[in-house]
Amino acid sequence: MNDKNRRLISVIVLNEHGVLSRISGLFSGRGYNIDSLTVAPIPDTEFSRVSIVTSGDARVFEQITKQLHKLLPIYKVIEEGDFVEKELALVKIPLSVNLAGLDSVLKSYNGSVANSNSENLIIIACDDSTRITSFIKTMSKYSPVDIVRSGSVMLEM
Amino acid sequence: MKKLNGSQMIMEALNKEGVKVVFGYPGGAALNIFDETYKQRYFNVVLARHEQAVVHAADGYARVSGEVGVAIVTSGPGFTNTITGIATAFMDSIPLVVISGQVANSLIGTDAFQEVDAVGISRPCVKHNYLVKNIEELPRILKEAFYIAKSGRPGPVHIDIPKDITAAVGDFSYPDKINMKTYKPMYKGNPGQIKKASKLIAEAKKPILYIGGGVINSNASKEIREFVKITQIPTVQTLMALGTLRSDDEFNLGLIGMHGKYAANMAMSETDLVICAGARFDDRVTGKTSEFAKFANIIHIDIDPSSISKIIKANYPIVGNIKDVFEELNPKVKEAVDPKNYEEWRKTLKRYDEIHPLKYQDSDEVLKPQWVIEESAKIVNDEEAIIVTDVGQHQMWVAQYYPFKNPRTFLTSGGLGTMGYGLPAAMGAKFAAKDRPVINFNGDGGVLMNIQELQTIAENGIPVINIILNNKFLGMVRQWQSMFYEERFASTDLTKQPDFIKLVESFGGKGYVVNTKDEFKKALKEAVESKILTFIDVRIDRFENVIPMVPAGAALYNMILK
Repeated sequence: MNDKNRRLISVIVLNEHGVLSRISGLFSGRGYNIDSLTVAPIPDTEFSRVSIVTSGDARVFEQITKQLHKLLPIYKVIEEGDFVEKELALVKIPLSVNLAGLDSVLKSYNGSVANSNSENLIIIACDDSTRITSFIKTMSKYSPVDIVRSGSVMLEM
Repeated sequence: MKKLNGSQMIMEALNKEGVKVVFGYPGGAALNIFDETYKQRYFNVVLARHEQAVVHAADGYARVSGEVGVAIVTSGPGFTNTITGIATAFMDSIPLVVISGQVANSLIGTDAFQEVDAVGISRPCVKHNYLVKNIEELPRILKEAFYIAKSGRPGPVHIDIPKDITAAVGDFSYPDKINMKTYKPMYKGNPGQIKKASKLIAEAKKPILYIGGGVINSNASKEIREFVKITQIPTVQTLMALGTLRSDDEFNLGLIGMHGKYAANMAMSETDLVICAGARFDDRVTGKTSEFAKFANIIHIDIDPSSISKIIKANYPIVGNIKDVFEELNPKVKEAVDPKNYEEWRKTLKRYDEIHPLKYQDSDEVLKPQWVIEESAKIVNDEEAIIVTDVGQHQMWVAQYYPFKNPRTFLTSGGLGTMGYGLPAAMGAKFAAKDRPVINFNGDGGVLMNIQELQTIAENGIPVINIILNNKFLGMVRQWQSMFYEERFASTDLTKQPDFIKLVESFGGKGYVVNTKDEFKKALKEAVESKILTFIDVRIDRFENVIPMVPAGAALYNMILK
């Protein structure tokens, strides 16, 4: 993915069934990319917020936002402005590997140990998307057995 | 509050929406609904013979009447059959409400008999759709569906109703008004932009008005004619706009695009200002986009913001209803524009038209389709006659040679190019305009795609005249094979044909085989007078091509002229 073309869109939608497939269908039907998509209800309202990371040139992006506007259950499409964007990663690493330096790594990524058992640790970190990428890269030296990242959530300033 | 069951609610809603005719085809999941249609006295129910035709008929009805077309079908295969019709209406922005039965709520998701994910299937080709989960929301959904179908950029709306909902009883109060938080179409254009547009028009030297189906949908023909009269700006029309201007209007350059007129395509190539109203720069219109209106500023007026700058970047977008925008724009251009400024430009275009007019080599040996179309107009001689086409060569010849005079008199599948559209759409049109002649031009290929509707036409006693331009080929595909595939006529030879006369007679109609001009004139005159279902099987020149032509992907000015 070309970073220059990375785009963030935050969409406020009515909470009704099928709304997510309307959005994802719009992207797949028109050949637009979805790099990540997260959705959850907005507390005490009838709306949900969908955070989408996509990519494409300016014209594609303009079409994406216009086509999103056209979907009936969509209340608001926020496409610009200062977004605070965060992503979350969970990394499972075996206790059997050499854990030297792990503490410093966690510190520099604002990470922590989420849980552990006799075999594995699960590490959690929450940060900007690019930093999550480098966090995951860094974790590779601990031979992770599983990694999951959440996709971005964002809120405009 | 009135207690009604779901099916009764549908009847009441259709009544309140002023629906006069419903096209349908019943089945298990829709039984309750059809049972109520049997008991009511509000509207006429027409049983078509295939669900695709049900929707095309509702579409034809909507295009002629300007009202919302209504279709009711059953679940599963009944519904899946409608998709081609729904997609056709979606591409051409035709207002429809399509109601499908669904298996009962308790069975949804169990792969029940005749179950299919209907809202999942229709989603990409409707303006909006609904699965009704409980009886309380049915009245609101019905009201919203009609509102959505006809407001803003019109389009088909699909309501999928589980069988238990059609039987469940609930309170019925039909909302008077719709207030949807998330859907508020814009009608008025931005006044600043409109003012700017009139200034640009006044300053232009070679302006072109480029109009599309949006002008028909918004009933803006009067305003567009007024604009052209005031400014005397040469105007090109898309397939969907035909009839907006009279074909004999001196400022009407006619059809633009792949099979458009030379002068129209050259005008677009040389213009310095395109005023686009209700058109969407379809690839059949633009040809190679990088060469399209290369020297021009673009004013794009459309009710759908996503149409603007989708293909061609608009410098001056105006989001609004064509009728409303031109109501604002006309007085402004009346003040600002001096039509004399465009005199040189009009002269240039007139010369282009004289050098390369639309023309064909007529013959007395073999019938030319263009002659048949021109002659039909003379014989029918009714400015309000409704002309329907299927899809293919005959469609383009009709667009080029039929002298349209009024909006909503030309029905054709533009965006999707749906073969099989003509016959059922003509049938629907006839229900909207019982006293006007309805002529369906068809190819010998497409006419077989919904031939079963001859039965619906016959039993309803609605005389539709079908003129089959029969070249025993899938003509348009054959034309492309001739031009671009070294005459390898793969799967396009239709030499083996049914006896169209016997066929139509078996449905109670009358048929003619026509080989000469005299035979054609006689047959069509008889058909117009006799007012019964007619097939005129016109044996035309097998190898006639639609000319001029811009090859797909070429620039508009690179036309094949003979």
